[in-house]
Amino acid sequence: MEATELKYQKHLAKDYKSENAVRWCPGCGDYAILTCLHKALAELNIEPHDTAVISGIGCSSRLPYYMNTYGFHSIHGRAAAIATGVKVANPRLSVWVATGDGDSLAIGGNHFIHTIRRNVDINILLFNNKIYGLTKGQYSPTSARGFVSKSSPYGTIEDPFRPAELCFGARGTFFARAIDVDMKNQVEVMVEAARHKGTSVVEVLQNCVIFNDGIHNKISDRTWKADNTLTLKHGEKMLYGKESDKGIVLDGWNLKGVTIGEDGYTLDDVLVHDATIKDNTLQLKLALMDTSDGLPVALGVIRNVDEPSYEKDYEKQIEEEQKRTPRKSFTEFLLNSSNVWEVK
Amino acid sequence: MPTNLVVTDIKQVTIRFSGDSGDGMQLSGTLFSTLSAIFGNEIATFPDYPAEIRAPQGSLHGVSGFQVRIGSKDVYNSGDKTDVLVAMNPAALKVNAQHLKKGSIVLYDTDSFQKKDLDKALFTTQDPFTELNLNHVQPIGVAITSMTKASLEGSGLENKEMLRSKNMFALGIVCWLFNRPLEIADKLLEQKFSKKPKLVEANIKALTDGYNYGNNIHLTASTYRIDPIESSKGFYTDVNGNTATAYGLIAAAEKAGVQLFLGSYPITPATDILQELVKRKDFGVKALQMEDEIAGITSSLGASFAGCLAATSTSGPGLALKSEALGLAVMTELPLVVIDVQRSGPSTGMPTKSEQTDLNQALYGRNGESPLVVIAAASPTDCFESAFEASKIALEHMTPVILLTDGYIANGSSAWKIPVMSDYPDISPPYVQNHFNGDAGEWKPFLRDEKTLVRYWGIPGTAGYMHRIGGLEKDQLTGVISSNPENHQQMVDIRKQKIENIADYIPEQEVMGDKDADTLIVGWGGTYGHLLEASLRIRAKGKKIAFTHFRYISPLPKNSYELLKKYKRVIIAEQNNGQFADYLSSKFRDLKNIHKYNRVEGQPFKVSELIEEFTKTMEGK
Repeated sequence: MEATELKYQKHLAKDYKSENAVRWCPGCGDYAILTCLHKALAELNIEPHDTAVISGIGCSSRLPYYMNTYGFHSIHGRAAAIATGVKVANPRLSVWVATGDGDSLAIGGNHFIHTIRRNVDINILLFNNKIYGLTKGQYSPTSARGFVSKSSPYGTIEDPFRPAELCFGARGTFFARAIDVDMKNQVEVMVEAARHKGTSVVEVLQNCVIFNDGIHNKISDRTWKADNTLTLKHGEKMLYGKESDKGIVLDGWNLKGVTIGEDGYTLDDVLVHDATIKDNTLQLKLALMDTSDGLPVALGVIRNVDEPSYEKDYEKQIEEEQKRTPRKSFTEFLLNSSNVWEVK
Repeated sequence: MPTNLVVTDIKQVTIRFSGDSGDGMQLSGTLFSTLSAIFGNEIATFPDYPAEIRAPQGSLHGVSGFQVRIGSKDVYNSGDKTDVLVAMNPAALKVNAQHLKKGSIVLYDTDSFQKKDLDKALFTTQDPFTELNLNHVQPIGVAITSMTKASLEGSGLENKEMLRSKNMFALGIVCWLFNRPLEIADKLLEQKFSKKPKLVEANIKALTDGYNYGNNIHLTASTYRIDPIESSKGFYTDVNGNTATAYGLIAAAEKAGVQLFLGSYPITPATDILQELVKRKDFGVKALQMEDEIAGITSSLGASFAGCLAATSTSGPGLALKSEALGLAVMTELPLVVIDVQRSGPSTGMPTKSEQTDLNQALYGRNGESPLVVIAAASPTDCFESAFEASKIALEHMTPVILLTDGYIANGSSAWKIPVMSDYPDISPPYVQNHFNGDAGEWKPFLRDEKTLVRYWGIPGTAGYMHRIGGLEKDQLTGVISSNPENHQQMVDIRKQKIENIADYIPEQEVMGDKDADTLIVGWGGTYGHLLEASLRIRAKGKKIAFTHFRYISPLPKNSYELLKKYKRVIIAEQNNGQFADYLSSKFRDLKNIHKYNRVEGQPFKVSELIEEFTKTMEGK
């Protein structure tokens, strides 16, 4: 029985809100993500008691306390592994992971990639603010090369991870991106993530108002947002810009942002997004688009591919084995094993 | 069986099969011990194999051994000195020379005792027996390699494949020596290689020819015969400690009516537990090979949160990696069974050798005041009882439990009377919906049973009991995050008291032997067989001695102090530098009678040495 899309009661966003006072810094991007999750769960109409939210350590990981669901605030980096246990133990549950760039991509990197590889049906909300907030301002695995922070006073001399590359490298089946301030798109991708059967990674570009304020301004600020972002929709043309007059076209092996009607480009040249194609080459290119290359940052569901999920296959194996060998009591099982002798 | 042979009745005999790690010694040994068990002997086995999968052929560090002690009764351990050694090469002879009893039989393969073989084992002369001062043994040279080849001539097997059956030829000779009917061995081989009929045929042929060869040439003047044991009525099987551990978890899950979950990562010598449980899909067991030790325990903790009997299996280095998550299990007060099959350390140490050096890690290896339950299994079959008990305590007292076994009992096997589960106690987890008159509004996650201090288990999917737990300290009443100093002090005290209260639910410590003796031998864990035998043999000499063996280490049985202080001398024997002795001394500071006996060699105790050392201590030397 699936936990999703229930039956007897229509839930509202407030039903998923716990009575605990929210304690993030005023202006923190996390508030918007929390609100969006409440809304997404209401839209999915999942019973709060069939929902489990698991987190690691960091500002993002306080989120379970603010959910009127089952919640587990665990230890640094391990949320994905704990969530794997929860989901495999009870596949009926809707399982969410709230995590950050430090939590999942540094100390928890191993669990992050292996969970994705296994394709356990959980939804990972990766809050990416490119900084360690809770420990007060050290660079993170997603901070850009040269980034100056308390732990990199001369600028970092290491390249950042791009979460999409890790996800795709681990053969991820679902990757979406949203900006904290863009609530509409965020709710949409969360709903899509929940409906996808397998590990869903939602990278939320989140603003840390204290230690890394404005890190996503180039794409989150209204002045530039339309020209610097592209919200992908499966089956639709990759159009962006205030007037939707810009589009993504193929230029040899590369992607290129063009203005329709200029340089001989027409609407027909603009690519149509296919999130469901198994080959992730183009999806990765889309996920890696960046304003520094003159391309908009891709938002929305970039990849959404059906593959068998781990916990389902596990149940299937159990079912098949139990069909083959009828269930016995433990004592019966031993009596029927080889090498049994009787002392009379 | 020819009638003109001398048949010697001896009570017990220890046989060691030894050769290159590729020589199939583990298989010969396992087959021999299984068929001895079926034949009606008590058995205790000790596989002793190198860490390398295939060390250089013929080298000293590539020697793999399998020791089995068989007897009509009172086989408590695999023995320390051998009566019969099967040495497939000179290295095997050299490595085992010091463990040979006077007059013991050494069956060796003359084909592999050539100059180049002797060189590989670093012999300097052509006469290995003299070089090793082995003038007290009976060497029996048999051209095992060439005879195996001859035996399988025309079998259609490649030369290399034929040579693989050397171990069966050798086993055939041993079967002849010990009067084992080959039909049982044949049957076992058919089971073992059921998918490879050609191999079954070849192995049975080599085995039979080996047996016949021994018979034809009257290989030795005496043949042993081991009497069937007088066991209590019932059905028996053969089990090793790791399998028994896995079975204990399955049985406990069945009793409690919950799903069994194991998150684990392969590590010597614990991997068999994972490998057994992944097979048990017929019981609906969910056993996951995770990406690392940490994911092993954290996935289990997730499954525990979701309502399973959750366990993780590992050895010392893995337990170190699990420490932080164990602390989380203590803090969230979730049931969890952590099995540490101890091996020699520190660090990678000697992975295939056994020790009791993880006790301190189990007791103290976490940050913060972090009490939990520690219990230890005494023998291969006791692994079943201990795993069942660990699960019961974890589920009923909402706590992580560390179960310590060790490589020796994990790989060692013995005959096991199949348990009748209706004889075992019920397991009743404290499900929240059975309390507070079913009123979810009254409940907060850290409210407790007044007597046991156990919190209640609210499982995701249960309507009305949504709650949040985690690693942060919580208010004892409301269950919300709290850094209130008084609350923290109280929670620290409560968590400690909750574990101590478990002493009310475990049996009192019992003493074997002479209750009025001056000296008490104390042990815990896998040394049980050796210590019991040592104490019995000391008593057989007419000296008074008492023996007590601890399964429950944290908390200790309630009568522990009263018991220990009664004796003039308490000798605590451990395969570490005195960790249990120090633990007892720290608990009972006025005990002044503690003596320690410690060996950290990665090998089982030697009974003869125990007797000698204990006797010295008893005599005040």
